[in-house]
Amino acid sequence: MTDDIVSIKGIKDGLLIALSPTEDWQSITRELATKIDEKLAFFKGARVTVNVGERPVPKYDLTSLKALLERRALTLIVVQSSSATTIESAHALDLRANVPQDSRQQKNDLDDDLHDALPIDSEEHGTVGVMIKRTLRSGRTIHSRGHVIVFGDVNPGAKIIATGDIIIWGKLRGMVHAGAEGDTSAVICALDMSPNQLRIADLIATAPSDKRHKVNPEVASVRDEQIVVETWG
Amino acid sequence: MGAKVITITSGKGGVGKTTTTANLGVALARLGKKTVVIDADIGLRNLDVVMGLENRIVYDLVDVVEGRCRLRQAMIKHKQFPDLYLIPAAQTRDKTSVSPADMIHITDKLRSDFDFIIIDSPAGIERGFRNAVAPADEVLIVTNPEVSAVRDADRIVGLLEAEHKNPGKLILNRLKPAMVKKGEMLSADDVVDILALEIIGIVPEDDHVIPASNSGIPVTLNENSHAGVAFRNIARRLTGEDVALMDLETNSGFFQRLAKFFGGR
Repeated sequence: MTDDIVSIKGIKDGLLIALSPTEDWQSITRELATKIDEKLAFFKGARVTVNVGERPVPKYDLTSLKALLERRALTLIVVQSSSATTIESAHALDLRANVPQDSRQQKNDLDDDLHDALPIDSEEHGTVGVMIKRTLRSGRTIHSRGHVIVFGDVNPGAKIIATGDIIIWGKLRGMVHAGAEGDTSAVICALDMSPNQLRIADLIATAPSDKRHKVNPEVASVRDEQIVVETWG
Repeated sequence: MGAKVITITSGKGGVGKTTTTANLGVALARLGKKTVVIDADIGLRNLDVVMGLENRIVYDLVDVVEGRCRLRQAMIKHKQFPDLYLIPAAQTRDKTSVSPADMIHITDKLRSDFDFIIIDSPAGIERGFRNAVAPADEVLIVTNPEVSAVRDADRIVGLLEAEHKNPGKLILNRLKPAMVKKGEMLSADDVVDILALEIIGIVPEDDHVIPASNSGIPVTLNENSHAGVAFRNIARRLTGEDVALMDLETNSGFFQRLAKFFGGR
């Protein structure tokens, strides 16, 4: 894991892509393209933060990196680097740039398995997820390797893609994709289920367009190769 | 003590940002507040036209930023209200001629001399939007009672959250109470249900608005216009006055519900 020249990790704001500061730039971009292409559907639409460490990245290299991401429907938002050249290139391209608080710390964080970071040793063996304690508004995309719980609404135009289950303690009106890597046992729950679109694994369902639907908690799951939605509980 | 910087934005174009800016500027000046309005829509300026000041422009915002004139030289005094000034946008350049830092710098220079600085944001969520929002103490989001405008407003609130700005307040513009009553238009409740923002004003659709903009005399100066009254009320709320939402008699039920909504907060 430490030898990875490219590492991709989900963060609060989208994806954090860390690129090796020493490896040849050509091989890095090639490796990055391969890694993204492997999971294109999963990454699509994400906001990206790139960390290049102390590497000085000239403007033309950063431009081609940005284009590489854009061709794959990813948006480069933030560039992290301790190199002044890189920061300058980022500003020239109208990107946000910052120096990682502590590059070493950052590196360690990247290598940390999420399990190791959990401070409480539970007797119950659960699976890992993220809890988002606010409303997701239009344009926001959440990617997660694991489950996603939203304590708030998911508005139209917002999107959640998770490899596990998705639970919305609020109104679901955006697009959510559970079991994004093919897990058909994944479920989607919401207190008020009126999404643009539901996806579980490779299946897609759109909400019936009856206007006055009953507001009650519902759960969506896969049965006989179809997404079914029924009362929750 | 210093000016409050208020940015008027929307995401979607054509919902009434410029009309709102011009009317709030005039209405605040009428209340005796020293006010500057700034057109941040560089390349597509029209706040000057709506305020009837187009033929007085000598210097613009980009001239100030690039040091071709002093800030005071770009400020156009309003014909009727000596406490109201306009800083026009450049027509020949684009949004990248100004940076968010420039906007903060300019508003900081104005703060000590004014009560309100109102910035008219361009449509969209790119550089022009970020320029307009950077110096804002408060953001007013203009939207129309239709799904696409509300969707864009929602996106704007999300972006404001990302910039660690206050979520802003809502101006619901061009509402037709009769259509709401028939269920053909989103109601204020429907809009608040999605956006979860406080409404600072509801402006009814009004045939006086377009001729007023064309003639450069903002509609709030027309005593017979409902929209004009609505803008005046918003200005009064901005000064801290407690003004009840206007009663549009055709649908009192829905305004009562709205009043309840505010009471419950």
